[in-house]
Amino acid sequence: MSQSVVPAINIAQLRLAFNDDELIFDNFNCMLEAGQFTCLLGRSGCGKSTLVKLLADLIEPQFWQGQVATSDGLPLQGRVAYMAQQDLLLPWLNVLDNACLMLRFGQFSAKQRQRLITQAKQLLIEVGLADNLMSMPSTLSGGMRQRVALVRTLLQEHPVVLMDEPFSALDAVSRHQLQTLAARLLRGKTVLFISHDPQEVLRLADKLYLLNNASQLQALPIPHSQVPRIIDAELARYQQQILDSMENCHV
Amino acid sequence: MFKRFATQPIANLVRGFISLLVIIGLWQLLVILLKVPAFILPSPFAVWQQIISSSGLLWHHGQVTLLEMVLGLVLGLLLGLMFALQMLLFAPVRRWLLPLLLASQAIPVFAIAPLLMLWLGYGMASKVVMTAIIIFFPVTTCCFDGLRQTPQGYLALAHTMGASRWQQLWHIRLPAALPALASGIRIAVVIAPIGAVSGEWVGSSQGLGYLMLQANARMQVDQMFAALFLLALFSVLLYFITDKLLNHFIPWAKSV
Repeated sequence: MSQSVVPAINIAQLRLAFNDDELIFDNFNCMLEAGQFTCLLGRSGCGKSTLVKLLADLIEPQFWQGQVATSDGLPLQGRVAYMAQQDLLLPWLNVLDNACLMLRFGQFSAKQRQRLITQAKQLLIEVGLADNLMSMPSTLSGGMRQRVALVRTLLQEHPVVLMDEPFSALDAVSRHQLQTLAARLLRGKTVLFISHDPQEVLRLADKLYLLNNASQLQALPIPHSQVPRIIDAELARYQQQILDSMENCHV
Repeated sequence: MFKRFATQPIANLVRGFISLLVIIGLWQLLVILLKVPAFILPSPFAVWQQIISSSGLLWHHGQVTLLEMVLGLVLGLLLGLMFALQMLLFAPVRRWLLPLLLASQAIPVFAIAPLLMLWLGYGMASKVVMTAIIIFFPVTTCCFDGLRQTPQGYLALAHTMGASRWQQLWHIRLPAALPALASGIRIAVVIAPIGAVSGEWVGSSQGLGYLMLQANARMQVDQMFAALFLLALFSVLLYFITDKLLNHFIPWAKSV
């Protein structure tokens, strides 16, 4: 497992296009601080997900240039865990097997396997799924499924976690619970969290940016309180400011 | 929920039984009203008597046809699965195989039956191959579609976990394709008798197709109907057994 030092990621002068006509990113710069929760806010179609997929090595753009460098100089590949909007639980595996999915792909000693399975059980119990370790995904609610996906992401023990609107399909209560869990369990990792929900990013962000369609980042102010933040009057004021910024930004 | 599951098979049986009774009733009515001679359309009762009186003969020929169907199914499934995998994994092979696959369906199976008899003899092999040829297409296309339509999210997730191409195939693509393959298998089970019986019609010394030809030549239409009944029974039983097994082993088919 990649239990290396948690790196910062510097994306510099990124230019990216899927066809000849349209640049999705043009001279895009972004710094993901080591061990911090960096949230990227933006409206649909501004390229947020493309950025996550590029960092996760999930897309092959027709053209891209620029620099994606880590603070420790090691390659990013193999040190990234990915959590998508859909839970992506495999319907033929039970909850525990889904959480331990990476055991099917990597080279693990028997001892490592045992440790990870034990850890998976502990995490699943911690996120409130003690009674569902052997359940099939089809029997779980959306919130429960996304908890399994969160445990699966954590279990990879990668220092970098990319989250592409992971809670956007959930109901308000489940979303709130998952945000709290994510803030606690992902502490200390370099996280890039994509969302279009100002309240969500205000609860979680150590650093918050707004991405517009011209691939420009705008740093947004966040409350100084500890994450996960509670939704109070101060947070509501920040939320209003962000909504104003989003309305005014070039989209 | 338990009640629903417990009563569903019984309800299915009752529905099937009622349908059968209605068909038999209409058939009997037709025979009475039109006064059709027995050598054209025997009454259901005459067919039932024939089933009882020649049960030994029917079973002797029936088990041959059943074996041909089952062996043809196994061969066709294996071939279909192999073709689908090859078409998925090797794009140049796909370009070459696809016309071959289509051609195998464009030529009527009756047209190649005499050739198969010539090459494989009048025994079971030619019938098994004919059955396999007939079911090969639905199995291949369903399996290939299933393999191609693996949700991209699953593959992306596996990729971020460092899964190799083969690991993705084994752990993701194949299980994800099983529901589609199951649909192909259901179709295959239903059409398998066509291959076996048409093979027997072209040339054989046993099997339900052979028995039907013999009965036809002797104007024993009631025996033809008895053979048809057994063939239909085999198909229905094979279908329900296969369906149960597929639902048992691929329970996620309903959720994807």
